[in-house]
Amino acid sequence: MATEGESGGFAIHPMDQFIVKPLFGGEVHWYSITNVTLWLALAALAVIAVMVLGTRRRAIIPSRSQSVAEMIYGFIHNMVEDVAGHDGVRYFPYVMTLFLFILFANLLGLIPMSFTTTSHVAVTVTLALMVFLGVTILGLVRKGPAFLAMFWVTSAPLPLRPVLAVIEVVSYFVRPVSHSIRLAGNLMAGHAVIKVFAGFASMAVLSPVAVGAVTAIYGLELLVAVVQAYVFTILTCVYLRDAVGDAHH
Amino acid sequence: MATEAHDAAAGAAGHGGGEAVGMPQLDITTFPNQIFWLLVTLVVIYLVLSRVALPRIGAVLAERKGTITNDLAAAEELKLKAVAAEKAYNDALAKARTEAARIVAAARADIQRDLDAATAEADAKIAAKAAESERAIAEIRAGAMGAVTEVAQDTVQALVAALGGTADAGVVAEAVQSRLKG
Repeated sequence: MATEGESGGFAIHPMDQFIVKPLFGGEVHWYSITNVTLWLALAALAVIAVMVLGTRRRAIIPSRSQSVAEMIYGFIHNMVEDVAGHDGVRYFPYVMTLFLFILFANLLGLIPMSFTTTSHVAVTVTLALMVFLGVTILGLVRKGPAFLAMFWVTSAPLPLRPVLAVIEVVSYFVRPVSHSIRLAGNLMAGHAVIKVFAGFASMAVLSPVAVGAVTAIYGLELLVAVVQAYVFTILTCVYLRDAVGDAHH
Repeated sequence: MATEAHDAAAGAAGHGGGEAVGMPQLDITTFPNQIFWLLVTLVVIYLVLSRVALPRIGAVLAERKGTITNDLAAAEELKLKAVAAEKAYNDALAKARTEAARIVAAARADIQRDLDAATAEADAKIAAKAAESERAIAEIRAGAMGAVTEVAQDTVQALVAALGGTADAGVVAEAVQSRLKG
């Protein structure tokens, strides 16, 4: 991917960081303990550290760590309430789980030599499908056939409605694709670019530029890590509104 | 995308040689592993959040909100109390002023009464003194009149004696008396 170009003498392997490796040797079975397992577990531990250990004192006047947990709580709670509506608040723990997992997986992925679980489409597609199937089933259970009315845009002129219905259906089923590829693509591209620049750092002439670029992109990637977690979560809320809200768009 | 230097077979396995050919993300042999562990992770996070973290944070936030509301209510109540206290203070002040004015008026009336009594007493004393003096003056005057009669009789007798006559005391006295009246 990046070996063509500047120099044939040294090799840059930007995609190596995404390889799934068993930690204790052997083949990768579904139950094998791999680097994926390790970094998923670390993400879970990070979530527990912030949300449980940080709040263990239950102080009325919060400590700094408790403030962080409370701010995340308030932020996501408001998002769910504002975007998905009052009925959506029931699903707040699920949204919170998604947000915290993606946020910490993204951030942990920025640790040098780490493995970014959310850069894999297997992970993000699973997340997106969970949201998609969950919202679809929830919508059908809560609203029954009325849930399908959101494909029939009553505010449009009658002749346009069948056309719009086709577009709406297609866009509905494309949702999980865009939802998942957006996250994995952002993470993968950013990490690969960092790796490419890091590879150039081994050339003495380019190294100052490369190190500067890596630093700059690292800062950008921090932003991307948080923003993508936010985007994934707010889209989840938007989809959730279709299932639980009463307003159609 | 492919790096020619690497053995295609090793790359295709993805996890074998440690060097990726193409995108490791598309190596479907690792999908079951990733999905399985992802689901385990999500369930763990969900359970921890829904059982421990979220109820705890929610309770803390609700408690804080309650505390703030209570404190605001208490502050409001104290403010009302302060207003009431100020009103009571002002009332007491006004009452005290009225009372003071009343006492001043009473004291003034008292003093006036005492003054009037003292004046009346003094007037009475002065009148008594004046009457006494009048009487004394009258006495003195009467005394003087008697003395004049006596002196006149004595003078008459001496005159009569000096002229060679002998004056009868009774006649002299009668004469003097009639002259004095005249």
